[in-house]
Amino acid sequence: MLQNLAAKFMTNFGLARLIILGFFIFLCIMAVVFQLDIAELLTSSLARIGMWGVLVLAMLPAISSGIGPNFGVSLGILCGLVGALTALETAFRLGGVVELSGGVLFLLAIIISLPFAILTGIAYGWLLNRVKGSEMMIATYVGFSMVSIMKIAWLFLPYTSPEMAWPIGRGVRVQISLAGRGITRILNNFLSFNIGDVVVPTGLLLFFALMCFLVWLFMRSKTGIAMRAAGDNPRFSEAAGINVNRSRIIGTTFSTILGAIGILVYAQSYGFIQLYEGPMFMPFVAVAAVLIGGASVKKASITHVVVGTALFLGIQVVAIPVANAFTTDWASMGEISRKIIQNGVILYALTQAGGD
Amino acid sequence: MAEASLLQMQGIGKSYYGTPVLQDINLNIKPGEIHAIVGENGAGKSTLMNILFGMEVIHSTGGFDGEIIINGKKEKIDSPQRAMEIGIGMVHQEFMLLPNYSITENIKLNREVLKPNFLSRVFGQKIEHLNMGQMNTDSRKALDKLGIGIEEYVTVAGLPVGYMQFTEIAREIDKTNVKMIVFDEPTAVLAETEAEKLLESMKAIAEEGIAILFITHRLDEVISISDNITVLRDGKRVGTKKREETDVYELAELMVGRKIEKMVHGEQRELKNEIALKTENLVVHMPGEKVNGVNLEVRKGEFLGIGGLAGQGKVGIANGVMGLYPSRGQVWINGSPLSLNDPGESMRQGMAYVSEDRRGVGLLLDSSIELNIVINALHNQKKFLKKYGFFKFQDTKGIRDHALKMIKELDIRCTGPGQLVKRLSGGNQQKVCIARALTMEPEILFVSEPTRGIDVGAKRLVLETLVKLNEELGMTIVMTSSELGELRSVCDRIAIVSEGNISGVLPPDGSDVDFGLLMAGQQERRGA
Repeated sequence: MLQNLAAKFMTNFGLARLIILGFFIFLCIMAVVFQLDIAELLTSSLARIGMWGVLVLAMLPAISSGIGPNFGVSLGILCGLVGALTALETAFRLGGVVELSGGVLFLLAIIISLPFAILTGIAYGWLLNRVKGSEMMIATYVGFSMVSIMKIAWLFLPYTSPEMAWPIGRGVRVQISLAGRGITRILNNFLSFNIGDVVVPTGLLLFFALMCFLVWLFMRSKTGIAMRAAGDNPRFSEAAGINVNRSRIIGTTFSTILGAIGILVYAQSYGFIQLYEGPMFMPFVAVAAVLIGGASVKKASITHVVVGTALFLGIQVVAIPVANAFTTDWASMGEISRKIIQNGVILYALTQAGGD
Repeated sequence: MAEASLLQMQGIGKSYYGTPVLQDINLNIKPGEIHAIVGENGAGKSTLMNILFGMEVIHSTGGFDGEIIINGKKEKIDSPQRAMEIGIGMVHQEFMLLPNYSITENIKLNREVLKPNFLSRVFGQKIEHLNMGQMNTDSRKALDKLGIGIEEYVTVAGLPVGYMQFTEIAREIDKTNVKMIVFDEPTAVLAETEAEKLLESMKAIAEEGIAILFITHRLDEVISISDNITVLRDGKRVGTKKREETDVYELAELMVGRKIEKMVHGEQRELKNEIALKTENLVVHMPGEKVNGVNLEVRKGEFLGIGGLAGQGKVGIANGVMGLYPSRGQVWINGSPLSLNDPGESMRQGMAYVSEDRRGVGLLLDSSIELNIVINALHNQKKFLKKYGFFKFQDTKGIRDHALKMIKELDIRCTGPGQLVKRLSGGNQQKVCIARALTMEPEILFVSEPTRGIDVGAKRLVLETLVKLNEELGMTIVMTSSELGELRSVCDRIAIVSEGNISGVLPPDGSDVDFGLLMAGQQERRGA
């Protein structure tokens, strides 16, 4: 009886997930043993969760619509970055005439990035419809290629604001500070409060929750239900009169939009915009997080997104100081363990894809 | 016994997971004999052949009962390799040929004639040269024996199917030790003249002393070339006849005959003369179930059956009308033409479909029962939706209420409407499919193979439900099934499909002979 329950739990929960949960608990115990600053760890965990949440959420419509985890969410990220830079440039050009507040700037960045994300998402979805069966690989390479193409574009796009442009030559910098525009941590600080020494980034978490709610709502709309069906069983959906290709394009576009919004949330919390190599490997973090949360390459839910984000980013936050506390020679252990988990979990999910 | 038997199968029995599929089969074949095995789908023909070939599927499911005796010696055939060593060859229904190799290479594959060379003397047989000359000569000989004029060095790709079939046969007779060849539905893919040629060469092969086991459902072919004929039905041998002592009619009757349990409308009902569905020259490109120009009329309130053997196109008709496979021709619903190849349009015209491919097309396995039940109605008829501004969202409560009602009405055994469909048993999954079709409140309901793969109790319930819908709600039902008995127990009329066309329409109490003949593709009874 007990054995049965344990076996059932194992198959439902998955061995990989169990190991990761175990590792996280181990890290937390170690943090206590080494007398690390728990309040600070919690503070930065909460910030990290909110920071990455929307990017991880971007996986949900993609998986639900049947294209699998969106390894090409970097496309959305790039759209978000274009939105951010354009918004900053607008603020610079308007400087002296109207001063844009941080909040307005943040909204402006989202609004500017939306049309880019929608068009990119449609084109990207159209492409993915042509390569059914190998979406994940194609998505990865589309992501890599676009990041590389945009590396050239960053050099030529006509952004002139001094905070962005290289002091000498042309093009924009690798890392752009948001310090001067009042946009840094604008979500984090909204309604923020302290519990003891732990800082709760209320606005950030609320924004994440709002996005989750919108996705949840969408999934229950007529279009959303059709999209879920298309992802579950395309042949069934054709028979039910659902346009499967259209549903997949909608899912891809939605994912791209969330990617764009996600990077803006990330950037305001981080305080910097990272260009060039920056977006290259971000999709892998998001993919790993949702998979750790319990999603498969075929099925995902909001719970998976929230649980996965908390678990994976929690590990990231705790692992580095714990590793440092062991010995300073192991300073890179935190980063290494993150990479092992990230890539290991993706690999695990891919091996499970054919099963069931 | 005048002549020693080549192959004796004695008391062969086999069950899969407790369900017997073969019981006490005895078979006796002499050298040079052509022995035909006929039977409907599911009669046990292929299981018997799998046993003879020592196929993996037999041994991984617990082996079989009885024994196989070859040339008076008991043999344990536990792998296809062993069967080949003993001298049993097989001509497959689907060609097992490498398209880019020549005919010779295909015939000689893995049995190449080798020629030693300098290197092979040092490094061994693996790197000996092929003796192409000898191989070509052998192949030529085999092809000549079959009376085929094709050049042996031509590559197989692009050959007409007939030649591919002959290449396969040539491969079998080229094996020096071959004593017996099994032909599994060899004429199914051939044109008439090719089929005749094949039958001729089968006779020629038999004259050389090689026994032939001929599996088919074409009764006229059986009568024209076989020496003896064994009929299987429901896993049992119902008779072995000498050719001289039987005819097509007797075989047809043996093949089909079974008790019929009448479930409905005891008498022929009076049906209105209104036509609910009419097809003219309907062609459906469904792989494996091609429909070649079917003309069919279904009256309002009728319970029409579509029967026939697998692969003849019976399930293609419903799939074509519902727009699931590319089709052309004309279809009228209540007199107005239907635009084909659009599943949504078919549903909006008041039709619903329960697919034969339950797990492939019929269900969203990873979704809940309630979503599976309402999705077609939700998507195509905009039921179960609530409007907020521009957006339409699901009516969660309405869906739940409806699902609970359906679960109760159809007796779907589940933990609740939220359970994932993949966790249900086959019978309950089928009920979910039916519930979805009913939710659309269709005028015409297509059901294909509604009882395939479900247990006896559920079978009965499914059929009773269909009958109830037909009688009480006046729903027009078109049911496609491989089980003739099932069709005869519920339908008003039964159309039998053969080779993509309707070979005839019979009343459910038509004679076994007539059903058997129509299934075998023979239009009418001679002299009747």
